[in-house]
Amino acid sequence: MKARIIVTLKTGVLDPQGKAIESALKSFGIQDVGSVRQGKVFDIEVEGSDRAAAEATLKTACEKLLANTVVENYAIEIA
Amino acid sequence: MRAAIVVFPGSNRDGDVARALRLAGAEVVKVWHADTELPAGTDLAVLPGGFSYGDYLRCGAIAGRAAAMDAVRAHAARGGLVLGICNGFQILCESGLLPGVLMRNVNRRFICHRQLLRVERDDTRFTSAYAKGQVIDVCVAHGEGNYFADPETLARIEGEGRVAFRYCDESGELTVDANRNGSLNSIAGIFSEKRNVLGLMPHPENFVEGLVGGIDGRGLFASLAA
Repeated sequence: MKARIIVTLKTGVLDPQGKAIESALKSFGIQDVGSVRQGKVFDIEVEGSDRAAAEATLKTACEKLLANTVVENYAIEIA
Repeated sequence: MRAAIVVFPGSNRDGDVARALRLAGAEVVKVWHADTELPAGTDLAVLPGGFSYGDYLRCGAIAGRAAAMDAVRAHAARGGLVLGICNGFQILCESGLLPGVLMRNVNRRFICHRQLLRVERDDTRFTSAYAKGQVIDVCVAHGEGNYFADPETLARIEGEGRVAFRYCDESGELTVDANRNGSLNSIAGIFSEKRNVLGLMPHPENFVEGLVGGIDGRGLFASLAA
């Protein structure tokens, strides 16, 4: 089963990298860019075909390692 | 004082901290990250600076979950001393031994310069050789040292007097210029609730000999070895 995990910074947490990308885009003349926040994407193959079990596995992966829940949120998408 | 330095793939300041500890009179052994126990009689576990696991995922994230960290966690739970410097501080936050997280520096630069710190308390196992309010001259070298915690956590840390060091100027003032990485409340280092765990971004181990420009870092190791 293919899954995608998206990790993003929580609202209100300063994102200097996102800010740098935002100002770079603006400096390239892409003026309609309002704001940019940078995140991470993990594409993961999960063994088996039980969606609920896969979701539980991925949630554990997020909580234990992939996201630092002090400053990050995560979303799990199973194809 | 028996110190165990935990070495991760990518640690690079283990030699310097070992030297600083030995100068202060401590006996030092190194422990590999895959080890599941600290040597018998360990008083102090040290997580050195460097770039464990290449800073992949998040600084300290993978090291924070290494086998040796279970042993460090158990050691801390027994009241044992734990010191994390720079990447070691990031590892302590990622492992849950200290609250909060170290984010990308607000100026987006890797900062590497001499840094003045204000010692916030002198009644701990880590800082007894300093005086409260003393300004010490050490250095910093990091890209992710911007201390962040949610407002409740920050209030708890401050309320419990758990800030060990803050970035300051010559007169001990907490100016914006002195706080180049953008840390909340100019926090450079914090203690655990029982003050047996200390994490700090600056490198006191760099400044233990006059030959390399300063000796203000000695106080930390002298406190521990006392």
